[in-house]
Amino acid sequence: MSAITHLQFLESEAIYILRETAAQFQKPALLFSGGKDSIVMAWLARKAFYPSKLPFPLLHVDTGHNFPEAMEYRDWFVQEIGATLTVGLVQKSIDEGRVQEEKGHTASRNKLQTVTLLDTIEEHQFDACLGGGRRDEEKARAKERFFSHRDEFGQWDPKNQRPELWNIFNGRKHFGEHFRVFPLSNWTEMDIWQYIRQENIPLPSLYFSHQRKIIERHGQLLDASTGIIPLLDEEKPRVKEMTIRFRTVGDATCTGAVESTASTIDEIVAEVAAARQTERGTRADDKRSETAMEDRKKEGYF
Amino acid sequence: MDVLVNPTESSLLRFTTAGSVDDGKSTLIGRLLYDSKSIFEDQLLAVEESSKRRGDAHVNLALLTDGLRAEREQGITIDVAYRYFATPKRKFIIADTPGHIQYTRNMVTGASTADLAIILIDARLGVIEQTMRHTYLASLLRIGHIVLAVNKMDLVNFDQAVYDKIVADYMAFAKGLENLPHVTPIPMSALNGDNVVDKSENTPWYTGPSLLQHLETAQVHTETAVDEARFPVQWVIRPISDREDAKLGNLHDYRGFAGRVASGTFKVGDDVLVYPSEMKTKITGIHTFEGPQPEAIPQLSYSITVADEIDTSRGGMIVKAGEPAQTAQEFDAMICWFADKKTLKPRSRFHLRHTTNDVRAVVTDVLYKVNISTLEKSAASKEFSLNDIGCIRLRCASPIFFDAYAKNRTTGSFVLVDEQTNNTVAAGMILKPLVDAGDEDAEVAI
Repeated sequence: MSAITHLQFLESEAIYILRETAAQFQKPALLFSGGKDSIVMAWLARKAFYPSKLPFPLLHVDTGHNFPEAMEYRDWFVQEIGATLTVGLVQKSIDEGRVQEEKGHTASRNKLQTVTLLDTIEEHQFDACLGGGRRDEEKARAKERFFSHRDEFGQWDPKNQRPELWNIFNGRKHFGEHFRVFPLSNWTEMDIWQYIRQENIPLPSLYFSHQRKIIERHGQLLDASTGIIPLLDEEKPRVKEMTIRFRTVGDATCTGAVESTASTIDEIVAEVAAARQTERGTRADDKRSETAMEDRKKEGYF
Repeated sequence: MDVLVNPTESSLLRFTTAGSVDDGKSTLIGRLLYDSKSIFEDQLLAVEESSKRRGDAHVNLALLTDGLRAEREQGITIDVAYRYFATPKRKFIIADTPGHIQYTRNMVTGASTADLAIILIDARLGVIEQTMRHTYLASLLRIGHIVLAVNKMDLVNFDQAVYDKIVADYMAFAKGLENLPHVTPIPMSALNGDNVVDKSENTPWYTGPSLLQHLETAQVHTETAVDEARFPVQWVIRPISDREDAKLGNLHDYRGFAGRVASGTFKVGDDVLVYPSEMKTKITGIHTFEGPQPEAIPQLSYSITVADEIDTSRGGMIVKAGEPAQTAQEFDAMICWFADKKTLKPRSRFHLRHTTNDVRAVVTDVLYKVNISTLEKSAASKEFSLNDIGCIRLRCASPIFFDAYAKNRTTGSFVLVDEQTNNTVAAGMILKPLVDAGDEDAEVAI
């Protein structure tokens, strides 16, 4: 027998985790942002339960600050894999006074998502949320478990995590607590791209090279074509038409683009292989402080 | 940077690193990551800035994964850190296990999924108590391959005599272990890169591979394919639908047992035993999303259908007929105790999680504890506290089906979960079932 490839191992491991999640929890949901990691995760979920349909819904926490391409893709993809979709609206949390919108031109709804996510979890009584987080993404994620416990306030206690041994995952919890589950923990950005190529998974067009009006702000290339990001008067003359693509697709206010001519998966794989910056290097939300991700995660972020 | 591995050929190697405080473990890992171009510019820049702010003399690579605020504040690593790198030949996952108080817990956790362990030795100090402790844990967890990294060779002038003596001392100690892993000693200097990625000119007397060459070619988990076939059932797939599936036809009666092959190979047509009922049946289908498969191989996930309507679900297990697992309600096991606020003693109760099974269990006896520095067994104390390792007897509320851990790491391992806090408080490795006086066969089977 020949050894299995690393992608076969990662795929099987993720399927194992997805099935454990369905088996150990009453009401799981799969967090779906329209980004490539959540697309791969949902793709794997379809495989895990085939020929059945997904035994849990996709959950999109919608900041309202979406690229139209991402929304179109979301609706097409949900149909394609035969899943059901639940949406939690950040706008609703704002209207209900649950959160206060950030002020100024760098305002982002990224942080507000946490409240909407926790409210949606409570409203639907989800007891496990599958996330596409990977340990190679960010240093606080490097210590994350596959089955990550959250207390009744949705908080993560990184110093007091359950050890995970062999392939035994402990999802026991008290009433009101929930879990975040990360089937892609052991994947790297390159694994994701190689898998997308191997499986021929369609992606939102944002990931491929295209022309876009861009404003450069604090070293980041931000979208200036949708109007989602408010521009300062002094910035308006600096808006340029550029050839870019997005390495991550999230809330439009904090998703930076990279200059790129990569218009096929093969070209993207080659570009990722040559990259000298992590993909989160293009994200403003992680640049707010050295432990920005840990602080958000402790409060219940994705 | 994530090196472009060949996705159709590259396999995966998981390894763990063990060493004492100043033996250059961070330097070694840093070098592997750096030389394989797995560290990105923005990561390196962030680490350089943090090191400067903290007043470190050198760039502190531990900061790459010590991402937690408490770790950065205290300058220690609290938790097992997983790091990833790749060469064109292989993809690697490192479980980097820190020392300090929870050392044993961390190393056992990292070792549980590792195929290989790198044990570092400072060439100036030779084999010390820590080395023996690390080796014992690696052998207890049945890691098949050890790399004995004799580091800091530059500080002993790359003297072959020093290296030979360390290797001889180590082998003399390792011979005393019940389960001797395959040992590959390598002389190196992590700081200068001697024998890490490339062979060093400073050790002309050393004819073996560099560390990376060895990691790229080490033959691991070759044995699981020929082992007895085991398939723990995770979930039952029942579409309950009259849909026509392109590959599987009408789904009305579809009932697939979903799981991942723990060991061995199953083929369509194989006679199998299904636990817990131990009913015999035949495999009629092995399915993945890609369609029907002729066989199911270790580590991969499938949905398996059988000929008869058999009552099994999550927690059950499919094995090949003629290769039965052991079943018992009471058994002896080695455990490592993880809880810092609670102890384990006779009559302690837990949830026992074993493969996909979850059953209540009670400690009926504490047989002995092991001093992992001297390997001496002692029955003086019946109480386990943090990091204690030893042998206990457990009785379950219902029988479990298993293999000895020595035979099968998946079907022979379990964890204990505290009934009040739900925390995972112990890792367990099954030794043997408790034998009834008249049941001679069971004892032979170990």
